[in-house]
This record gives sequence, C-alpha cells and structure tokens, in this order.
Amino acid sequence: MTAATSSATSLRAEQDRGRRKAQNSEKWAQGRTYISAAVILIWCLAPAYWMVVTAFREVGFTYDTSILPSHVTLDNFNTAFDTSFGNRFGQALLNSVFIGGVVTLVSLIIGVFAAYALARLNFRFKYMVLGFILGASMFPGVALITPLFQLFTNIGWMGSYQALIIPNISFVLPLTVYTMTSFFREMPWELEESARVDGCTQGQAFRKVIMPLAAPAIFTTAILAFISSWNEFLIASQLSSDATQPVTVAIANFAGAQPNQVPYTAIMAAGTIVTIPLVILVLVFQRKIVAGLTAGAVK
Amino acid sequence: MATEVGPTPVKAPASGGAPIHHGPKGVGEDNKILSQGKWASWLLAPTIIALAVVIVYPIISAIVMSFQKDAGLDPATGLFTAGGPAGVQNYVNWLAQQCSAPAGGTVACPPGTLGAQFWSATATTFFFTVVTVTFETVLGFWMAMIMARTFKGRSMVRAAVLVPWAIPTAVTAKLWFFIFAFEGIANKLFNTSILWTGSEWPAKWAVVIADVWKTTPFMALLILAGLQMIPAEVYEAAKVDGASAWQRFRLITLPLVKPALMVAILFRTLDALRMFDLPYILTGGANNTTTLSILVINQIRQGFNAAAALSTITFIIIFLVAFIFVRFLGANVVEQSGATGKGKK
Repeated sequence: MTAATSSATSLRAEQDRGRRKAQNSEKWAQGRTYISAAVILIWCLAPAYWMVVTAFREVGFTYDTSILPSHVTLDNFNTAFDTSFGNRFGQALLNSVFIGGVVTLVSLIIGVFAAYALARLNFRFKYMVLGFILGASMFPGVALITPLFQLFTNIGWMGSYQALIIPNISFVLPLTVYTMTSFFREMPWELEESARVDGCTQGQAFRKVIMPLAAPAIFTTAILAFISSWNEFLIASQLSSDATQPVTVAIANFAGAQPNQVPYTAIMAAGTIVTIPLVILVLVFQRKIVAGLTAGAVK
Repeated sequence: MATEVGPTPVKAPASGGAPIHHGPKGVGEDNKILSQGKWASWLLAPTIIALAVVIVYPIISAIVMSFQKDAGLDPATGLFTAGGPAGVQNYVNWLAQQCSAPAGGTVACPPGTLGAQFWSATATTFFFTVVTVTFETVLGFWMAMIMARTFKGRSMVRAAVLVPWAIPTAVTAKLWFFIFAFEGIANKLFNTSILWTGSEWPAKWAVVIADVWKTTPFMALLILAGLQMIPAEVYEAAKVDGASAWQRFRLITLPLVKPALMVAILFRTLDALRMFDLPYILTGGANNTTTLSILVINQIRQGFNAAAALSTITFIIIFLVAFIFVRFLGANVVEQSGATGKGKK
C-alpha cells in the first residue's frame, strides 16, 4: 500500500519536473523566437530607416551617425525636385506613373482573359501555354534590348513613351497572367455554374458573377504589376530620353551641384519619395500581396 | 456513334457527321473539350500575340542580327569594316575573346576592351548567382521558420520583410552606395576604412550584401508559403513518436517544403543570372563587377550585332541553367502551378 503511494508521489513529482522542464524549454524557445524576430526586423528595416533619416538631414550632416533624426530639414526634398542641375525628378515621377499606369492597364485587360482560360478551361497545349508564359516571365531583359534598340532607332521611337511601354509589357504581362491564374483557381466557381443554370451564358456568368468576386484578386495583381513596372530600370536606362525617363533612371543619374560630390541627402530624399507610396500600398494590402507573390510557387 | 452518350447532350459534328474522335471518352466529353479549346484559344490569343510581338520577335531578330557583321569603325582597330553575313564569327569572337586585327584576321582583344571581358563577366555573373542565392536560401529559410511560429508581433515581422522587397532596385543600389560610402555608416559601424566600391572584393561583397538584403524577403515568403502547407498534425505525430527537432526538420520540413523551395531557388537563380541594376548603379561594373547583362549594355553602342550575339549567349546560358533545374533537380514549375486546374472539370 505505502509502496504504491510513494511510487504515485514520485511519479507525480517526475511529471511535475517534466512539465516544468517543458515549460522552461518552451520559454527559452519563445525567447529565442523573439530575439530572431528582432534580428529580422532590424535587418529589414534599418537600411530603409537610414534612407529616410538621411533624407531629413541637413547636407552638412550627411554622414551624421546618430540613430535618431538630427539636424532635421526639408531642404533635401526641394533639392530633389530642383531642376537647375539637370535633374528632372518631378517629370520622372509623372513619367513613371504614366508608364506604370498604361502597362498595368494593358496587361490586366489582356491578361485577365488568358488567366480565365488557364484557370477554368480544359484544352490541349494548356501546359505548353503555361510553360511559355512562365518562361516569358523569367526572360532576360538584355536578350530583348539589342534588337529593340536597333528597331526603335530605325523607326525613330528612341526616347518615346511607347518605346518604354511596349517592352515593359513583355515583363509585366506574364506576371499578371501567372498571378491571376492562381487567384482564379481559388474562386468559388460553383457560383458561375449556378448562374449558368439560371440561364446566363458563359460570358454573362463571367461578367456579372465572377468579375465582382474577382475584383480583389485583380486589384492585387494590378498592384504587383504596377510595382514591377515602377521598378523597371534596364530597358528604361537605354531607351528613354531626358523627357521620358522614369524615376529609377532619374535617381540612378542624379547629379549634384559639384560633379565630384554625390548629393547623398537629396538622393535619399528622392528615394524616400519613390518608396513611401509603395511601402504604404504594400503594407495596407499585405496579406493579398503575399498571396499574389507566392501564388503558383505553392498550390 | 449514338451508343456512347456523354454527360452533355451530343452535338452533331459540323462537317458531314464523320466521327473524328474515337477515344475512351464519350463523344459529348470530347465535344466539350473541343468547344472549350475554341473558347480558350480566343481568350489566350491576345496574350499570345502580345508576347509574340514583344518577346518572340525580338529574340528572332537578335538571332538574325548575331550572324551579321557590324558595319562601321572597329573600336579595336579604328578601321572601317563593312557589314554583311558573319557566320558564327561574332560568337567565336566572344568565346575566344578575339577582336579583328588591323591587317585582317583576329587577335586577342587588348585588356580593358569589352571583347576581353567575356569570361570574367561570366565568372562574375555565376559568382553573384551562387553566392547570393545560397545566402538568400539559408537566410530565407531561417526567416520563414521564424515567421511560421506563433508569437506576438508576428504580423509586424511579416509586414517588415516586405519593405526591402517594395523598394525599387535602383533606389536600393543608391541606398547601399550611400551606406558603403567611404564616410558612410558601414565603415563607421564596423570601425573600418574600406573603399567599398574601390577594389574588387569589397565591391563584389557590397553587391552581394545589397542583393541579399533586397531579395531574401521574397525567398522567405515563398518558403513560408510552402511551410504553411505542411499540416501541424504531422509535426504532432512526429513529436509523439519522439522525433528530435533536427529529425523533424530533416525528415518532415525539408522533404515537404522541397517543391516550393526548388521553385523559389529556380526563380531567384534565373533572376540573379540576369542581374543588372544593382551592380550597374552601385559599382558601375568597375572592379570586376561587370555581369553579362552589363557587358551586353556596354556593347550595344559599339555594335548591335556583336551585342546581339552576346545577348543570345546570355540567353542560352540562362536557358541551360533553367533546363538543368527543371530536368535534374525537379523544380517543376508548370506542374506546380497547373495541377489544381485539372481536377475540376
């Protein structure tokens, strides 16, 4: 009897010890998770933070090392828009918005049909078409630039908007089709079927039932398409002129008052202006964007 | 013919009623696929045509150009050369790093000219690719494992990793150019006085660090998406069976996340092989940071046709790497993305 009791107590003690140990290791694991999370946060945000802090610093204190904002000024933003050194940052912003807008719109309009077909219909060569579109999205831009450079020179399109928009579509369209295809697969297509049972044609069912449901997916795809066009540099750096250059090119070529002195604070201000809208957009639509980015890589 | 009845009403074939398709499927099923095929080709036509115009046409024209001689003054010799068919001379020139000699024929390109940089640019491109993708995979995996855990502030971390991704590469390059400036924060932080963009290895590492910063988040998110596909019960079961953390990682996480991981690595590898913006802006391609893409761009203004040959070579290299990935390492991108569409009719 006593032996049984003592074995029961020792068992309980052991269980207690085990539980405490598990709790301790859990705490320890949790602590490590927080440390790792902090490291990730600092690694991702510190350089971007440094850009913003520098953008608000007086030129004389470009290399200031204080972590908090110091010698705060808005002058750099004025300098960024200043055209007296040959920079056309304001114009470039407009150009980027225009080019990005047209590219996004065209890619979406064309791509939405293809994505519907790829997500919904069964046909021969489906995998070939998917492969072709995927291949196109990984295509090296330099392989296009040489013939386009010659072609656009010959027909006098160098430096025109269309010379920037058309090649951009070749990068953005595959991405659009690809992302939207994966979004479309996850939509409640039973609704389309019920609409058809109720007498809609396939086209009507698509327009009246599916399109409103697909709006968030299309909107996310539009953001991804716009960002991708906004970030484009290779084609623009070769085919644009001073009047049509987008912001990426303007920032890369940003000139200062003295040729030997890099106007770091003004460049950081320009970079901040270019980046902040994107970052806000991305953070607001975070979930959708992550879904769009990873669509296709996993089912 | 009427004996087989598919799930949908049988439509009579349009041309004389000849039974064209005899297969295991019913006739109705067959008709359905045919009409879906017609629909699909109409819906796909704009995309295919657009891609044909902006991608297929330039490729073909680049290949045609690459077999032509460049007319104009030869930059190496200063002599005028006429155009005309060149055979594979442009390709041979790049691969053997030859330039045309003043007396006709070819000589080795003088050091410093573009023609002498092919193999060093190839080596640089592969160095960047291997090093950045390795770092990004390891770091990205680690980040994804952290983000997959539940803890307070997880959504903040997931949002933060999107910041480097959202910053345009051109801005990233300028930002790191500033960080790596001689009086910049990198030198101050580590109490060093390195001229980061002034000599070969610091310049290369500057590019690598900036690229890893910018693109690891993308990798991490792709891997995270893969991790989230693994059901928690699998881990629970393994835990009950007494598998250690390392065993769970090696025997469950790795194999189950492998398809997503391979696709992520493939995407990043192909992206790194065409790297242009970052070294172009950060180092200007100086100190052996010229990638193949930068070399093509520098060549364009010296001769279209030689540039076309080089861009074709670059394209072939990237294609081969993609092929090796898909064929031998099992990165099945199309299947991955196309698999779900099939189950539903």
